Amino acid sequence: MMAWAWQRFHPVGLNIRRSADEQLAVALVWLLAALLLVFLAWPLASILIKAVEARDGSFVGLDNLLALLTEPRLLEASWNSIRLALMTLALVLPMALAFAFALTRSRLWERPVFRLIALAPLLAPSLMPAISLVYLFGNQGVLKDWLGDSSIYGPLGIVLGEVFYTFPHALLILATALSVADARLYEAAEVLGASKLRRFMTVTLPNARYGLLSAGMVVFTLVVTDFGVPKVIGGQTNVLALEAYKQVIGQQNFGKGAVIGLLLLLPAVLSFSVERWLARSHGAAMSGRSVSYQPGRNHVRDVLLGVCCSGICLFLLAMLGVAIAAAFMKLWPYDLSFTLDHFDFDQVDGGGWLAFYNSLKLAALTTLVGTAVVFFTAYLISKTPAPRLPANLIRSLVLLPMAVPGLVLGLGYIFCFNDPAHPLHGLYGSMTILVAATVAHFYTTAHLTVATSLRQIDAEIEAVARSLRRPWWTACLRVTLPISLPALLDVARYLFVSSMTTVSCVIFLYTPDTVLASVAVLNMDDAGDTAPAAAMASLIVASSLLATLLINLLGWWLNRHAQAWRTA
Amino acid sequence: MKRQEFPTPAEQGHPSADCLRFTGIHKRFGSFKALDGIDLSIRKGEFLCLLGPSGCGKTTLLRILAGLETQDAGSLHMAGRDISRLPPAARDYGIVFQSYALFPNLTVAGNIAYGLRTSRQAQSRRVAELLDLVGLPGSESRFPSQLSGGQQQRVALARALATSPSLLLLDEPLSALDAQVREHLRAELRLLQQKLGVTTIMVTHDQEEALALADTIAVMRHGRIEQVGSPEQIYRQPANRFVAEFVGHANWLPVHCDDMGTLRLAGVPLASSLALPTGMAPAEATLFCRPEDVRVEPHWQPATNTLMAVVERVDFLGGLRRASLSLCAAREIVLVADVSPNDAGFSALVPGQRVPVTLPADRLRLFQGPVL
Repeated sequence: MMAWAWQRFHPVGLNIRRSADEQLAVALVWLLAALLLVFLAWPLASILIKAVEARDGSFVGLDNLLALLTEPRLLEASWNSIRLALMTLALVLPMALAFAFALTRSRLWERPVFRLIALAPLLAPSLMPAISLVYLFGNQGVLKDWLGDSSIYGPLGIVLGEVFYTFPHALLILATALSVADARLYEAAEVLGASKLRRFMTVTLPNARYGLLSAGMVVFTLVVTDFGVPKVIGGQTNVLALEAYKQVIGQQNFGKGAVIGLLLLLPAVLSFSVERWLARSHGAAMSGRSVSYQPGRNHVRDVLLGVCCSGICLFLLAMLGVAIAAAFMKLWPYDLSFTLDHFDFDQVDGGGWLAFYNSLKLAALTTLVGTAVVFFTAYLISKTPAPRLPANLIRSLVLLPMAVPGLVLGLGYIFCFNDPAHPLHGLYGSMTILVAATVAHFYTTAHLTVATSLRQIDAEIEAVARSLRRPWWTACLRVTLPISLPALLDVARYLFVSSMTTVSCVIFLYTPDTVLASVAVLNMDDAGDTAPAAAMASLIVASSLLATLLINLLGWWLNRHAQAWRTA
Repeated sequence: MKRQEFPTPAEQGHPSADCLRFTGIHKRFGSFKALDGIDLSIRKGEFLCLLGPSGCGKTTLLRILAGLETQDAGSLHMAGRDISRLPPAARDYGIVFQSYALFPNLTVAGNIAYGLRTSRQAQSRRVAELLDLVGLPGSESRFPSQLSGGQQQRVALARALATSPSLLLLDEPLSALDAQVREHLRAELRLLQQKLGVTTIMVTHDQEEALALADTIAVMRHGRIEQVGSPEQIYRQPANRFVAEFVGHANWLPVHCDDMGTLRLAGVPLASSLALPTGMAPAEATLFCRPEDVRVEPHWQPATNTLMAVVERVDFLGGLRRASLSLCAAREIVLVADVSPNDAGFSALVPGQRVPVTLPADRLRLFQGPVL
């Protein structure tokens, strides 16, 4: 009986003792789990709490939600959000599909150039296309006549801006989906006498179905939760994301803001769960025996796709270029002479050069801290004997940010850290909180990149290293880290560019001392200083581009340096 | 029957002479019983092979020994020291995996010296010494990706031996190599192990490899050890049907044990050095005989265990011919005989020919129950 009871409460009778270095790993895992709890789980939980609180902090249950649901203003905003997202979707998906098809299934020689231009919007804040649209079609726009009686300030402007903003995201997903094509299927279809159209309909599209669905959900979520474009060009059109911003910043109504935040969470959570469900039922598209598809010669296809891609590139370049050009001109469109006056930010409100330096600081810190935290977290939970509880906690927490729009996370941070009772209240308004929020916001993509690369490394490498009586950090620093460097550079580039361009996550968290470039763009535009706003946005693009180029150069150099062991 | 030529480790009697002892090791993965009470001991300097089909638990046992997996119950003792709960680094072994697991970004020298904590000079001396030992002198500055599979495996072996561990663990070390390299490396591995005298445990599913390399083989199935013995014992005196079937080819012949205790194959009385275990009811039994032990006679000479058979088919196997013979007294019973050109009955192997066949009494084994 005693033995039975003992076994019952000690189901694993034997635990292997951990060596000193492994005990340190365990402590680190607990620490990282705690960090994720404090900077991710807690802010999200406080949204839930705020949603059921009145202004004075008393519990009101679902009153906030019910009150909002009866407000025609909010219903209209919700309907606008959905309508605009669907309209964007209808434009972006065919465009991105054609573009992805051209990149992966044609023999156009300009493909690398097309690809570069198509991904350029990633370097710009979402406000930038809106500014360009104002310059082109706004009240003083050069092409205002094209629109006839309709106005760019409203649904039209929002949709065009969002198309620019979401295009690269959709393209990346679709290009990946199309690039895994099994040539054997096409050969079989051809042998069976299927026409080209039929082959496209029966082989290409079904294989890209998963990609289309996931691109669609990403675009939908991005549009619904973005408030940069509607803020600049929305005119009288109210959307949910804007409403949350107004409630919190304008009216200090945290309860209402929290409820809208929860509503914004819905599409993301929905698409996230559909994605997870699909990923489970969707087997690997390429088996080890697949033969990769090589596009054949087809002039009609290539010319058509070439025209199509050129058109899209022209649109993207215009949206990027007009704002940049306007930044260097005295008074668009009346006086087009060159000037640098608009870069003299100290003449206007909004934060000036301090905002730009703050943004660089934020991006650099986020890149350094984020890359290090993401790598060591992924390393410790996958390569060391980490205890199950904190490891599983980390595994589920790191997937959360993917389902949480930046605006919602930002709301969570303000609710959480603005509370004087919070032990880390002192962080509020500091650069630290901005770095923490930004790292948390972009955590999932960074984690998945590192985790995938770590999974590709033979698990037995760590086993051998342990048997050779060296602490885990020796294996980590001498072997695993060098092997994972390419993935780490990807993560660094992603984090830098994302933190330069993000607005939604940080809009609630900055103070006059920590104002950021992307926020400055918003504020300057709000104050009517459109040209300085365009100048600041151009600076953001330039620094993102420069960082990308530098990191790519570093990657190229490392790759050449490591060629001896990487290839062959 | 001959006495056992090699004492099995379990019968050695001096626990102190054991280098390593597993006692009652159990391991479950969910509802799957991976190891179900493993007791095994290994002498110092012994080369032990854990042999069994995939899923038999042999790799799990090795990983538990390496400290990479935790046993649910049971203990491990190494040179009298309880290592059941020690972390891998404290267990004093070197390990070689099927995938080699070489550090791809370190040179051969960097790989081998990874575990060495001596001066730089001493390290490079030791590396050169080990590279000589495994037959790759002068390849210090090369990277793993520049080596062939066989060479990578040698480097992995050198790395495992670099710290002079008292135990060497090999997890299917040769199965990723092609046949010729494998055979070559097998012979070298054996020589090297004997030269260094390091206690070695190898996991393999390849019975040929186990028979060629091991001092002792432990055959495993369903998380249990079916038999422990020398390769000779495992091959000649399999303890049960599973071992007999898993190792080598075999004829399984239905015999009947009559009231007098006489064995009859197709009605013909047989002599066997083995009787059925006492107390077993006279009933059906199965006779086990290796194909190379079946003797095809050139002429009929009445003798014990000699029967007439018809040659059904002859397959050419290079150095041998494999004849399928059906017994004249019961044509449905077919036995297979491996005959070499030097054997007396070789010329008689023509399909349709009737030939006398002898089953040597000392090579037969008897198992309870009908042919499966």
